[in-house]
Amino acid sequence: MPVSAKGLRVALFATCVNDLMFPSTPKAVVRLLERLGCVVEFPMEQTCCGQMFTNTGYFEAGLDSVRTYVKAFEPYEYIVGPSGSCVGAIRHQSVMLAEKAGDYVLAGKAAKCVEHSYDLSEFLVDVLGLTDVGAFFPHKVTYHPTCHSARIAKVGDRPYQLLKAVKGLELVELPDANTCCGFGGTFSIKNPEVSAAMAADKARNVLSTGAEYVVTGDNACLMNIGGVLHRNNTGVKTIHIAEILAAQEGDAA
Amino acid sequence: MTINQTSHARRTPAPPPGTFGVGQPEPVASPAFRKNAQKQLQNGRMRKNLSHATTTIRNKRLLRVAEVPNWEDVRSAGAAIKDRVARHLDQYLAQAEENLTKNGAVVHWARDAQEANQIITSLVKAKGVDEVVKIKSMVTQEIEMNEALEAAGIAAWETDLAELIVQLGHDRPSHVLVPAIHRNREEVREIFKKEMGTYGTPPPQGMTNDPPVLAGAARVHLREKFLRAKVGISGSNMVICDTGTVCIVESEGNGRMCLTLPETLISVVGIEKIIPTFDDLEVFMKLLPRSSTAERMNPYTSMWTGVTEGDGPKEVHVVFVDNGRTNALADPEGRQALRCIRCSACMNICPIFERVGGHAYGSVYPGPIGIILTPMLRGIDSDIDKSLPYASTLCCACADVCPVKIPIPDIIVHMRNKIAEKKKHDRRPHLEPLVFIPVDWVFKESKHWELAQKAVSIAKKSVLKNVEYFGPLPWPASPWTRARDLPMPPQESFREWWKKNRGGAR
Amino acid sequence: MNARDVIFSRIRTALADVPNLPPEQDIPLDWKYGEPLALDDVLDTFVKMCVDYKATVERVPAAKIGETITKLVKDRGLKSLVVPGGLEASWRKAAEKGGAKIVDDEPQKTSPELNEIDGVITAARVGIADTGTIVLDHAPDQGRRALSLVPDTHLCVINADQVVSDVPEAVQRLKPSVQAGNPLTWISGGSATSDIELSRVEGVHGPRNLLIILAE
Repeated sequence: MPVSAKGLRVALFATCVNDLMFPSTPKAVVRLLERLGCVVEFPMEQTCCGQMFTNTGYFEAGLDSVRTYVKAFEPYEYIVGPSGSCVGAIRHQSVMLAEKAGDYVLAGKAAKCVEHSYDLSEFLVDVLGLTDVGAFFPHKVTYHPTCHSARIAKVGDRPYQLLKAVKGLELVELPDANTCCGFGGTFSIKNPEVSAAMAADKARNVLSTGAEYVVTGDNACLMNIGGVLHRNNTGVKTIHIAEILAAQEGDAA
Repeated sequence: MTINQTSHARRTPAPPPGTFGVGQPEPVASPAFRKNAQKQLQNGRMRKNLSHATTTIRNKRLLRVAEVPNWEDVRSAGAAIKDRVARHLDQYLAQAEENLTKNGAVVHWARDAQEANQIITSLVKAKGVDEVVKIKSMVTQEIEMNEALEAAGIAAWETDLAELIVQLGHDRPSHVLVPAIHRNREEVREIFKKEMGTYGTPPPQGMTNDPPVLAGAARVHLREKFLRAKVGISGSNMVICDTGTVCIVESEGNGRMCLTLPETLISVVGIEKIIPTFDDLEVFMKLLPRSSTAERMNPYTSMWTGVTEGDGPKEVHVVFVDNGRTNALADPEGRQALRCIRCSACMNICPIFERVGGHAYGSVYPGPIGIILTPMLRGIDSDIDKSLPYASTLCCACADVCPVKIPIPDIIVHMRNKIAEKKKHDRRPHLEPLVFIPVDWVFKESKHWELAQKAVSIAKKSVLKNVEYFGPLPWPASPWTRARDLPMPPQESFREWWKKNRGGAR
Repeated sequence: MNARDVIFSRIRTALADVPNLPPEQDIPLDWKYGEPLALDDVLDTFVKMCVDYKATVERVPAAKIGETITKLVKDRGLKSLVVPGGLEASWRKAAEKGGAKIVDDEPQKTSPELNEIDGVITAARVGIADTGTIVLDHAPDQGRRALSLVPDTHLCVINADQVVSDVPEAVQRLKPSVQAGNPLTWISGGSATSDIELSRVEGVHGPRNLLIILAE
């Protein structure tokens, strides 16, 4: 049963990458959720999901981030993040990290947070029962299902459902959509050549669609794909799905 | 044992220098993954072949898997059965040994590669022959058996078509299932033309590069060897404990030749490659063909239970090899990697493997399973082995296709943790743990994070005023910016905006 | 300690964390063995899948097996055929009628001798519809393994009641053979390779021609 958005208290998990590098995305989430009637809060204690540490092998540092997450979000029933990757990391790794460190109290709290954490697309479709959020975006876009959205958070076709309901939007299929863009966090630094080769192939596929925008639910991957598109002066822009869903007729898009 | 210092002339084509094996006395010479990968990325032909091959096979796998209505249940059953095996390995091995012996097979045990090679060499020598025919087998590559036999004056003839291409090409396999996937038909023709005659029946005059013609040349070349050989060597896809049956799954019929015609058969088997019961076979005969060659069933499967009077080899040996497997077993998380049935589905779906090929991994086990299994078997001391777990974007495509549900990405992260811990406590200081100390500090508390944001904001206001994107930058940003631009953070972080627009608190 | 003892001791040390339970209790398995696959028509599927793997299938009434053997031997121009000792006598005669010289395997032919023979006729133990597989358990009507391997044509006769839906059923039917110590050969189409550019080549080392007679 969908929950009514009216007056629903939602905690925004901005994610560290968005907070610093791509603030327009969490801002869009605020705009969108408030438009739908939610009361959005931003717990200031939050920092990061910790996956940058965990996935490089630094579990203790990853656990520090999990602590901030639990501290920030413990009181909330709805925790929403515009990132399949960061929400996925919380879901898949936070309990493991706490258990490995023998901190079972934290593990229990983390498990509770996990239950209440949603990627934006999951929150809209599953909790609020919405696919049409009243957005308007008169552009041709192609969607890249980022690996962690698709295979860790498992958001499935929710982003497609949401995009298809956007007025004016033309969604074109991305060839080899399910293949990784080559970002992989520290992979892009540790194996930059392979990473660049993968990003180049992804950019080539994006270009082949003739889309004006490539859209994802993860800005880190978008930064990778966009970095290649920008370097090559392709003119194709990157955009987070939250920003499309927040856009309305009359906005200067 | 050094390969190129044998006193006599070589009997078989020499492979390239170095080793991709496990447990060799000399250190593994391969440089770290990144360096290997850089070189392989430039090999346009290899990339084209590989991309074509992996795309074809993974699409076909999807088709074949979709035909099985209870595929997920079969996978879960496969995983559970292999977990049983790993967690009660001593019990099952004892049972396998008992039933193999009862049916006339001779069971041998090898702690490591060297011991396995000694056993095999002395078995072959006892037959008074100087050549063997062999089936493609990962474990014989792992222990580098061919070179050990060569050093003892025994020629080991590869009979799988791809392995023949690799052997005659003085090359190394690049894929678990399709070892010559990096070669195209023209290269194969050149290799056959140049080398076949030196080692046996030459190819026909005017051989074209048409695959059926090339396969025909291999048929004639190898038939002479099959009909002559007194000793055959194989690996095994499964040893069935409750019946003492050895199983080989193949396509070309070279396996059947090696298993049937020689008087003596030696099967080299990793201690984890067993299944408890004959009943369990149904699970793996569903999982393996569809996951590996993407077929409903592979053309040929052979099973034998010891020695059969009047049919096939009169002497049957099974050599069980540890060679690092008990190290993997000792790690409760890593243990899951021993479920692997060597189907190669994880390689075929891996975007990194597709671009760099098997040679970049410096191991007989490349791709996603290789980057966890190799360091478990060989340890994390050498440059290559400690770089392998980082040869992944954690895109998790491999976890979705693994027929025995090995959580490969989780084990990758687990192996990275082992490497990071080792770096932290190493006597020699490493840069990475030092870099992570301040980064960890930044994210440990939100006030640190806010301070860091302030520092960025000041930099942005002063020196980086009009920069929106960075182009190529010096180290440490160079790995990123050599190929991609890097966006500049905007003037105001989200947090700042929130404070201003939503009144600070919450 | 010898190698065996060392390996077993390493294993026991490595598994110190595993509770001392029977494996079936330690790792329960939610699986029903030997289940058939729901197919519209088992025999139709068997034929379709065998043909898909480039085998030739003749579907005939049991009374016409001999006739069909004669026809196939003639059509294929098979000049010599090796037959296992326990082969149905009428099949042997039918092959002879087709113009082939029949070679017995008693005493056993050497591999080079087998290599000079055009083909072999065998019965089978089990057929698997879903995968297009025939399984030999090398009973006297199928002969030792080399017979159905070295000659280039394999003519195999299988009865309709030997064909099952899927692998699990087949495994159950094959269990007594394995328990009796028989080897098994599972054959799905002719020998094949995809080792050169993944382009499928039918026919490498095993018999390049697989002719199946399905008798109802």
